[in-house]
Amino acid sequence: MPADPKLAHVAREFVHGAPLITCRFDPKGRYLFATGEDRAVIRWDLASGAKTEWKPHDSWVRALAISPDGQFLITAGCDDMLMWWPVAAEKPQATRSVKAHNGWIRAVAVSPDGQLLATGGNDRIVKLWKLADGSPVREMPGHEKDIYSLQFHPSGKDLLSADLKGTVHQWEVATGKKVRSFDAKDLYSYNGGQGVDFGGVRSMAIGPGKGHLACGGLYQASNPLGAVHEPIVLRFDWETQKVLKKHVSADIKNGVVWRTVFLPEGVLVGCSGGGAGGVLLFWGENDEKPAHQFKLPDTAREMDLHPDGLQLATVHYNKKLLITRLTAKEAKK
Amino acid sequence: MAAGAGALIGGLDALAAPAAVAQMAREQKRLIIVRMHGGLSQLESWDPKPNTDTGGPFRAIPTSVPGIHISELLPHTAKQMHHLALVRGINTRNDDHGKGTYMMATGRHPVPGQSFPELGAVVARAMDHSGQSLPGHINIAAGGSGGRNNDAAYLGPKYASISLGGAQPPAYTTRPAGVTDQTSQSQEDFRRRANDRFAGHRRTAETDAYVQSYEQAQELVRQREVFDLSKEPAKDHERYGSHDFGKHCLLARRLVEKGVTCVQVSHSNYDTHNENFEFHFEQLGEFDKPFATLVGDLADRGLLQHTLVVVLSEFGRTPRINQYYGRDHWGHAWSVCMGGAGLKRGAVVGKTNDNGTAVTDRQVDAGHMFHTYLRALGVNSRHHFSIGGQRIPMADPAFEAIDELIA
Repeated sequence: MPADPKLAHVAREFVHGAPLITCRFDPKGRYLFATGEDRAVIRWDLASGAKTEWKPHDSWVRALAISPDGQFLITAGCDDMLMWWPVAAEKPQATRSVKAHNGWIRAVAVSPDGQLLATGGNDRIVKLWKLADGSPVREMPGHEKDIYSLQFHPSGKDLLSADLKGTVHQWEVATGKKVRSFDAKDLYSYNGGQGVDFGGVRSMAIGPGKGHLACGGLYQASNPLGAVHEPIVLRFDWETQKVLKKHVSADIKNGVVWRTVFLPEGVLVGCSGGGAGGVLLFWGENDEKPAHQFKLPDTAREMDLHPDGLQLATVHYNKKLLITRLTAKEAKK
Repeated sequence: MAAGAGALIGGLDALAAPAAVAQMAREQKRLIIVRMHGGLSQLESWDPKPNTDTGGPFRAIPTSVPGIHISELLPHTAKQMHHLALVRGINTRNDDHGKGTYMMATGRHPVPGQSFPELGAVVARAMDHSGQSLPGHINIAAGGSGGRNNDAAYLGPKYASISLGGAQPPAYTTRPAGVTDQTSQSQEDFRRRANDRFAGHRRTAETDAYVQSYEQAQELVRQREVFDLSKEPAKDHERYGSHDFGKHCLLARRLVEKGVTCVQVSHSNYDTHNENFEFHFEQLGEFDKPFATLVGDLADRGLLQHTLVVVLSEFGRTPRINQYYGRDHWGHAWSVCMGGAGLKRGAVVGKTNDNGTAVTDRQVDAGHMFHTYLRALGVNSRHHFSIGGQRIPMADPAFEAIDELIA
């Protein structure tokens, strides 16, 4: 059964005690993890709805990753630390803690084969680690601004890292050599009046089929300090690196694409949050404006796609985590 | 008038100083104001509340004063805390940029139809003396042309700040190549004769200010090098940084060393309704090192004991984190950092509750701060200016200095 964005509806709701920051499904579809402004890491059992929360970091946790086999959760804090957790343990106990960076860790990604973990953040260095034991593999400096997002290519041969300035570096995983760079500078601006750098590649995704690279963020930032900017996703051709399409919204004047993912059928999804509220935007390959959009009840801050390709989890400022299904509503039992 | 003002001397380079004069000159009181434009978050700077519902992601770090912690965004400043003091109980009951700027600059709540001079002008006036040849009040800005600002109210334009745009010497302070010394002197003599003749029967405060402006312009031309930042050593440029704020801090050091009474520096922008934490990381990352370097240099050079340094904003930012990861305007429980001159070092006055939503101890307003700045500079803030036969209080008489901060 393929996903149909026109059937989008909020199917489940989970509540926490503080505004939420990020979320990830476990690859086996058993759990949903989130983090909050109260420093909590939260696990919801999707079958029972049971909630487990703990506060292991000395700061907010802005990034989560889970091993492809569903065994390990990795939490990345603004306290420089990476921590490993058994996904299903009744009372989670860290199996490993590593001081990984000097400053916020903003992005983590696991290689498709589950062997490597990539991390990056405010110290502007991409680092690779062995997922199994947390030992360092290599460091890849080269970003001029803070690293905002990471994405392994599905082949596992390349890693993409993207920063505040809209620079996307492609690294050869086996050697750590920089292969080339994509230019997503449309997602960055410097506001001289306010004296601030703003924007950045907030999320990346690589699509099925043609393997297009999507870079999500914001543009038209007329007032960065006042949150006046519009959501956008740039679609790049992987081979030529040309921008094939600039996917924008129909009417959102206050928003940023916090996360972008491809559905298995190739539809591109952007999760926009901001003054215009939370909105899921759905684009086909050739759509400048969304073919469909779904308004969420509160501004959204992150999103993840369930491994079944039919459910989108979003976290919200109003302390709620929602699951939006892209299929027909189930008849009430 | 100002206590001790008669012993003050300015314009150090203007005087071929014998030892005694040089000593007096070194002891002249000075003021550096660093304006954190837009409203610095007290939670990301001087009064962190980590691991609370309002604390945000940043941690608190220890400083050079045992027991005092500030935000991890200020690691260099933390090492200078033994030179500084914090006021953590400010409640100005105001969340408006314009009003907040006025209140913190004048120490008074806005009253329709009344205008009061800003701190720099008051200090320049209080410290004024006959030997002073340089302007007493300089505002270092990102742009600007060297003109006078309108911040002295009834004290008159002599004490209004002069803007130095882009850390450059004042505009139009180089003599055109075609004008010889002799021609220049002839022009000056003619101007003086005309002024004297006019002043003989129609002298007013305005004509005096006009004459003073010309005389000061002559001094600016003669002492243009005072404002030339390229005269500072290359290693100091490196220590302060190549960005605007670094240059401005280095120029502030140079100006107070040369005898300018009040120097204002601005850093922008902290009006972070959106992504407060990213922007404070970026902005304070730029602020921290040059500011700490300035404080350290003033101390090392023996200038800090005579120089008051104040870091202020128009208000703080809300403890509540909004939906954009931002913080909004908040004048109800915030902080100011200052140090030097007659202040106690390493002191903290005032306290907020656990999550920073209210002042719980030693609440003060902008007026208390204004009195405190003057007292730290050796000025009796209870004194009056005599303006056109009227006695006008130097500072709002409804307030008083924070005595426990005065050494």
